[in-house]
Amino acid sequence: MNAVSSIETISADGASLSVAVQKKFSAGGAPGFSLAAEFSVPSGITILFGPSGAGKTTLLECIAGLARPDNGRISAGDRVLFDSERRIDLPVSQRSIAYVFQTLALFPHLSVAQNVQYGLARLPAAEKRLRARQILESFRIEHLAGRKPDAVSGGERQRAALARSLVTQPCLLLLDEPLAALDSATRSKIIADLRVWNATHRIPVLYVTHSREEVFALGERVIALEQGRILAQGTPQQVLEAPRHESIAQLAGFENIFDAVVTTLRPEQGTMRCCLQDTQQKGNVELEVPLARVTPGAKVRIAVRAGDILLATEFPRALSARNVLRGRLLTLARHGVTVIAGVDCGAQIEAHLTPGACDALHLQVGQELWLILKTYSCHLVAG
Amino acid sequence: MNWQDLALTAKLAGIVCAMLLLIGMPVAYWVAYSRWRWKFLVESVVALPLVLPPTVLGFYILVAIGSRSPLGRLYETWFGHSLAFTFEGLVVASALYSLPFAVQPMAAAFAQVDRRLLDASSILGASRMHTFLRIILPLSIPGVITAAVLSFAHTVGEFGVVLMVGGNIPGATRTVSIAIYDDVQGLRYLQANQTALALLLFSFLALSILYGVNRRAWTAWPPR
Repeated sequence: MNAVSSIETISADGASLSVAVQKKFSAGGAPGFSLAAEFSVPSGITILFGPSGAGKTTLLECIAGLARPDNGRISAGDRVLFDSERRIDLPVSQRSIAYVFQTLALFPHLSVAQNVQYGLARLPAAEKRLRARQILESFRIEHLAGRKPDAVSGGERQRAALARSLVTQPCLLLLDEPLAALDSATRSKIIADLRVWNATHRIPVLYVTHSREEVFALGERVIALEQGRILAQGTPQQVLEAPRHESIAQLAGFENIFDAVVTTLRPEQGTMRCCLQDTQQKGNVELEVPLARVTPGAKVRIAVRAGDILLATEFPRALSARNVLRGRLLTLARHGVTVIAGVDCGAQIEAHLTPGACDALHLQVGQELWLILKTYSCHLVAG
Repeated sequence: MNWQDLALTAKLAGIVCAMLLLIGMPVAYWVAYSRWRWKFLVESVVALPLVLPPTVLGFYILVAIGSRSPLGRLYETWFGHSLAFTFEGLVVASALYSLPFAVQPMAAAFAQVDRRLLDASSILGASRMHTFLRIILPLSIPGVITAAVLSFAHTVGEFGVVLMVGGNIPGATRTVSIAIYDDVQGLRYLQANQTALALLLFSFLALSILYGVNRRAWTAWPPR
């Protein structure tokens, strides 16, 4: 199944990034990791989403010029940064790209203001100070100008690193999980400031993350990357809410992923019934799921969020949900404010509920239960 | 204590130290950042004086600057006299002998600078030279101080190479360590003791400065 959807046309202001690169790494002679990615993004924030080891950082390094693709082409706006056919490979220092590393890489021996002015070496001193002050103000860290990076807080360091990169007026901003170490309140404030900045400086921003929350907080567009390949791109909702690929489903927080066989199609209902595969000996467990273009007997994979499953201690009646599965409670564990219930109903299913709900139901390990799944909580994904 | 010998020694060590910082810095930069596969050969050559008997090094330098070698003849046609048994010859020999003491601490310090800082610097548009002067060098100051102190102190204390290349000419090539040897040969123990004590105190002072600024003074080659 081809999961790559087409991307909207490049925005009219002309600022865009287009990338088509291949790079192979060999591990001791054996073919190792390989990166092959082709995409183009308009100005605005694009999330590069994927598990660690997916090649996100390598991709950013190729764009910045810190790593050299084996072949391909990279251009930002009308500037060609790399083109293997035309033998163009702009040096890192001439690409006018901003890159904020995961470690930030603030110069420890320079003050915040000196860090920010570092990229402005060619400007006259007065102009340097003016621009540095403006950017420090827009990231609300002007009061830290004289301090060394060691002497400011984590969130302020992040702001300083952003300010240092953006003061050079780059044509492209690359962010490699720069906010991963921050608490969510600090993170969302910085993201808000970044959005404000991006609204007046329309350049493409590539933001690498493996955090689902960040994807929804930031993303206008998402590119999902795994093992060096682009699996899907589109809006966060398209890519993550209805994942069409198993590995994205796992990343996007779908705790239950089942292999199933389509038994009957019900086109008039817009649904189909599927039999979960590892349950056939114990009597079939069937789920009613949204209709797809398949024929009976086809193998499909179904992803369900644990939080989308309802638990009942009696057989529920008068319910709109199409799937009611009878099972036995195997495990019950509390993680923070989430209670994780492991239920055996032929297949092992994980369901999440709140501690309050757990107490109200008087759940006991070993007791009989009914699981309730809405048809539209069952997502079909590609393996 | 003979003040002439002491002044000559200080002058020699000062010149050699300054020379080695200038020559050693680019060598150390290359050693720290080159990815050439045969780099270890250059590292070995630079480190040779650490293990070589000073007489062996002195002997080859003497042959190389003598009037029978092309190098020696070239020097003679330019300056009218041989390098052997002169102060200039001593400077050349001492610089070669103390080279690893300048290069190794600087290379180790350069290599310890976080690579991401260098990447950040080039991304911000800085040239390699700019990156070196503004980022690498300021972050390697302890290593540079170690290199300066070690090469100065090592030049003050050398004996074998000086004797081989410079001989023992008062005011031209007689350094304090030669003077001590001379005094002992002449049974002038009091004089020998004065000079030796001065050198002992100097060495202690040099090492105190070194360990004061840098806990990792005696570093080996930078990690790969």
